[in-house]
Amino acid sequence: MQHPAFEEVTIHHEHTDDATFKKKVRKTTILLSVITVIELGIGLLIYTMHKGENPSELLVLMFKGMVCILTLAKAYYIVSVFMHLGDEIRNMIMTIVVPLLLFIWFIAAFIWDGNSYKNLRNTYDKHFQETTMPAKHQHKEEAKPVEKPAGKE
Amino acid sequence: MATTATAHQTKWWSGGKSPFNMEYGKLMMWYFLMSDAFTFGAFLISYGSIRFSQNFWPDPNVVFNAFPGAGHANLPLAFVSVMTFILIISSVTMVLAVHAGHKGDKQGVIKWLAWTIVGGLAFLGCQAWEWHHLITGEHAVLVDGQIDIIGQTTGGNPWGDLVSHDAALAALQKTPHETLISLAHQSNHALTHEQLAAMTDQQLIKEIKLDELHIREKGPIAFGGYFYGITGFHGFHVFSGVIINIVMLLMTQKNVFQNRGHYLMIEKAGLYWHFVDLVWVFVFLCFYLI
Repeated sequence: MQHPAFEEVTIHHEHTDDATFKKKVRKTTILLSVITVIELGIGLLIYTMHKGENPSELLVLMFKGMVCILTLAKAYYIVSVFMHLGDEIRNMIMTIVVPLLLFIWFIAAFIWDGNSYKNLRNTYDKHFQETTMPAKHQHKEEAKPVEKPAGKE
Repeated sequence: MATTATAHQTKWWSGGKSPFNMEYGKLMMWYFLMSDAFTFGAFLISYGSIRFSQNFWPDPNVVFNAFPGAGHANLPLAFVSVMTFILIISSVTMVLAVHAGHKGDKQGVIKWLAWTIVGGLAFLGCQAWEWHHLITGEHAVLVDGQIDIIGQTTGGNPWGDLVSHDAALAALQKTPHETLISLAHQSNHALTHEQLAAMTDQQLIKEIKLDELHIREKGPIAFGGYFYGITGFHGFHVFSGVIINIVMLLMTQKNVFQNRGHYLMIEKAGLYWHFVDLVWVFVFLCFYLI
């Protein structure tokens, strides 16, 4: 079938079947909502962990990693189903996706750099370390009466 | 390249056909969105880089815990989840508008576009409320040995580490009279400003309920600039998306697309709108969840 406006473009996606389209949209909507609810649950879990005694740094990091993976899943569904990128010609998809691979280096390099800057400052700038390092666990014990779960502010 | 050409057995590149089988405007919209993804990515990565360079960063659950009409109740993430769902739903209505366009259903396009615009405006309203709440919030913060009352702005961050009870008491002794009055007012709403103003500093300190004030140190200043900068840039995208959708709605009503024979412009506006939703997914991750 030829495109109504551009004779060099042919329509290759199936848009006409109403029932399957509605089903797909409903499925994707539910999926996105469920993932968001799970993300919120993990966010609140991290909150309660931070409030508890000696939160395990590794466990918090793992939950944060899980949220990141869930976010990527959401992004995949939005792009492939809502934006129909999955229905395009493979060469076209590649011209969008391949440049975005730059982000792998981009994220890794800059987060690494920030972390290295922190380590260098903590080593060579003791004033920075003393004024910004959060009070550790024994200090937290003292702060206990101020820390109350309910009735913030 | 050679392998794909033989595998498909098509001659996409030999002329007479659009090699990507896509009209020019839609293809350019895709490339614009890719470049915009890099702009947002650069902002968010810069934020991540600064965040990793700090020894302390505020817990988002502590910063974003307010809900309109809920007063001082502690409701972490509640309002932002409402905002997220508004944007997801408006993305769905946009999909339905594009689908109605494919069928040439003018009334369907108008109906779903209108709902998308409502969703976009609702999101902007929520963001305005959130910004206002953060900027005008009054938080007791330990600065230079005394207590100061500040909001979340680009110049100050009230979400540092919690101050111990003794340190807070010592700081109150050096705090100016006016600040003590407002702190006492926060703790005890029954007293009028005249009554409070007549009190001495020591009387005021007795009125202040330190356990409820949650006095903190100052947090990293960069927090405000990044939060308002990035959510503001995203909000500007939502705003321009709403404008684009309103233009599309008016053009649909004036039969522009019907006379043209196709609703491809709705598809391009739809791509932009979904991108705004896509960016929010990442802003939500970086500022509210981790």
